Amino acid sequence: MLSRVADSIYWMCRYIERAENLARFIEVTFSTLLGTAANEKQSWSPLISTTGDLQWFQSRYGEATREQVVYFLTFDPEYPNSILSCVTAARENGRSIREALPTQVWEQLNQFYQRTMQLSRQPETLWQSPLDFYHEIKLSSHLFKGLMDGSMSHGEGWHFARMGRYLEQADKTTRMVDVQYYRLQPIRDAMGSPVDDLQWSALLHSLSGLEMYRQKYHQILPVRVVDFLMLDRAFPSSVMHCIDQANISLHAISGCPVDSFCNLAEQRLGRLRSQLAFMRVDEILQQGLHAFIAELQNRINAVDDALFQDFIAISGAPAADETPQMEAKMRAATS
Amino acid sequence: MQSQSSSSVSIDTAARPTFDRYELDGFYDEAVDPKGQFRTSSALLLQRVEELPQGELLRRQQAAEQLLFRMGITFNVYGDSQGAEKIFPFDIIPRTIDAQEWERIESGLKQRIKALNCFIHDVYHDQEIVRAGVVPAFVLETCKAIREPCRGLNPPRGVWCHITGTDLIRGADGTIYVLEDNLRCPSGVSYVLQNRFVMKRSFPSLFDLSHVRPVDDYPSRLFSLLQKMAPSAISNPTVVVLTPGVFNSAYYEHSFLAQQMGVELVEGRDLVVRDDTVFMRTTRGFRRVDVIYRRIDDDFLDPKVFRSDSLLGVPGLIDAYRSGRVALANAPGTGVADDKAIYAFVEAMIEFYLGEKAILPNVPTYLCYRQDDLKYVLNHLDELVVKAVGESGGYGMLVGPQSTAEERRAFADKIVSQPRNYIAQPTIQLSRVPTLIGDHFEGRHVDLRPYILYDGQEVFVLPGGLTRVALRKGSLVVNSSQGGGSKDTWVIAAPARKGTGS
Repeated sequence: MLSRVADSIYWMCRYIERAENLARFIEVTFSTLLGTAANEKQSWSPLISTTGDLQWFQSRYGEATREQVVYFLTFDPEYPNSILSCVTAARENGRSIREALPTQVWEQLNQFYQRTMQLSRQPETLWQSPLDFYHEIKLSSHLFKGLMDGSMSHGEGWHFARMGRYLEQADKTTRMVDVQYYRLQPIRDAMGSPVDDLQWSALLHSLSGLEMYRQKYHQILPVRVVDFLMLDRAFPSSVMHCIDQANISLHAISGCPVDSFCNLAEQRLGRLRSQLAFMRVDEILQQGLHAFIAELQNRINAVDDALFQDFIAISGAPAADETPQMEAKMRAATS
Repeated sequence: MQSQSSSSVSIDTAARPTFDRYELDGFYDEAVDPKGQFRTSSALLLQRVEELPQGELLRRQQAAEQLLFRMGITFNVYGDSQGAEKIFPFDIIPRTIDAQEWERIESGLKQRIKALNCFIHDVYHDQEIVRAGVVPAFVLETCKAIREPCRGLNPPRGVWCHITGTDLIRGADGTIYVLEDNLRCPSGVSYVLQNRFVMKRSFPSLFDLSHVRPVDDYPSRLFSLLQKMAPSAISNPTVVVLTPGVFNSAYYEHSFLAQQMGVELVEGRDLVVRDDTVFMRTTRGFRRVDVIYRRIDDDFLDPKVFRSDSLLGVPGLIDAYRSGRVALANAPGTGVADDKAIYAFVEAMIEFYLGEKAILPNVPTYLCYRQDDLKYVLNHLDELVVKAVGESGGYGMLVGPQSTAEERRAFADKIVSQPRNYIAQPTIQLSRVPTLIGDHFEGRHVDLRPYILYDGQEVFVLPGGLTRVALRKGSLVVNSSQGGGSKDTWVIAAPARKGTGS
């Protein structure tokens, strides 16, 4: 597969995942606030913190009112991580590799974009039924991913797509946990109070994990929530699960056995996976959740850098009789 | 979904479009004969269309437009910061061609492609046609589209023009002429396939009854053709499509063809040449490329040979090509026969190379470098269409009958100062096809671009082609840049039989 194409598939999927995560966060914030008398301002600014772009927001918008935050995260065309910008970037990536995608995947992505674009022209309609609006964004993303899984051959391109999807989700989950844990810590003593329960539920909910959590632990306990979102092997948005899946796809691309490595990306991702796999939640908390997450994010970024070096920005020059030996070997391993 | 429909008429209030008051206005109509009867090839179609319930045709037209929009076959509306996009206009009434007429067109095109291929080869070798006095040496020497690096070149299987999109038009008396040959990178075939896809959804059962010849196998035929061009020692050659990139106006087509053939769509930056071999950058390192269907003009192909400022091309590509380690389709240098002053000699070429008489005539052409022609042209500017020899796409031309005295004066000056650079032709009153305009039918002028594949032995003509339609009332210019749209083109295989449904 062309390096440029692999790169675009990867980013197309990262952007879609990013948009979906934002939609989930905003949706949950809306619905949580419906049931509380909590100070509105306090409730909306953490949402921006999760993007890591709080400064960007403050320099242009100032105060974090509901309207400002929602517009910023949803429609601001200047802000590169707004839902609109993400969907646009995903579609631009998709458009440049249309030949590598099944027609229906492209059509869904195109419709997703056209629809978001259309809504952005009348941002006021959002306020009529914000929950429906974000629900629609989520569904569009699900449909896109479903079509990718159901109609694209599970070969190299698809594995790059999964790499993009899971690395993005891992990053977003760490950000959500980081921000919410920090915010909710002061009221840890009041653990078990309805507000507290509601806030932690909201965190789970915004990662689509409330029911799955309850199946496993029934009661909301902060330490278990952290455990579930960081280290659970089976829950799709948990960092552990995402890293595991990304690792499987990365090895499927190279054909190298999962417990070994043959390039930098595999080495970095493999180490990260092993560390998480053999970690206990109390060790994380002992070390300090925030510090742990900061390091985790750096290491996820380092995997992304390595992917670029290993697969996209290939350097050197081809030998005139470049033997397809290596290629054949890898092909045999992936098929 | 935002309405992208070009028709502003509401379905509920629309009258049922019929042919009761359809006017021919003295033009040749592809669907209706001078007595007002449907021509055989269109009869079944138009009867069915007339029988549709009120509002149904318009509904299908709008559904077709929605479908094209959803498929993302759009272009950006220039200057719209909100990212508005539009589809290329599409009209739901197909243009039909009967079997007998198609057979003639097909054999005419086959003959023409063979002769043109011989000519291009001759130009870059011994120029026998010049020595025989058929084409004047002066015309070739002054041709701007000649590519010196192609001299002495022997492309694989002797094929220069693998893919051609010849423009045909029909005049008021029913004669079909060849207007342009388009031997470089003709575009539009993706619209042929997509228009067909849309029409099948719009009129499923009518297709069954009408014996419309299929066009769907174009991508596989194109792929086999390209594979055949590979250097001989390669058993399973790697074919790619080379595009200038996502900002090119034909990008959609490039990606569509690559997708349909299941090959990589590459940009210049994806390729690298080493030891006269072309490689592409893949996730598994460099991989050899054997055949390139290039959709980049000659001038931008290789900065080492052609334009040195080209960022789209691949340095070293032409050396690799000359050494036979990679094949290009089309070969560089084919533009020589697109020069409109050389076009004028194609009928003579057919006689010279094939010893046959041309089946499809050229539009009569005045060559302004000839004194007599020049005089005639200058005296009849208001009747003629004048064209610059190296331009296409409706640019650099004067349509006499629709021009002002001022424009004619300015053009006359240009012609006199550079007579070799201009040709003139009588204004052909292009034939018309019924077109849905608002809630009724009007005739609109059309041309036809069939697509032709040549592998050195067989010439394949795709049954159908792109029918471009000038949607503006009275306009003779069908180019999409000038308000043109397109229609599906139905070549009918056998007389239609009766049935039910629509």
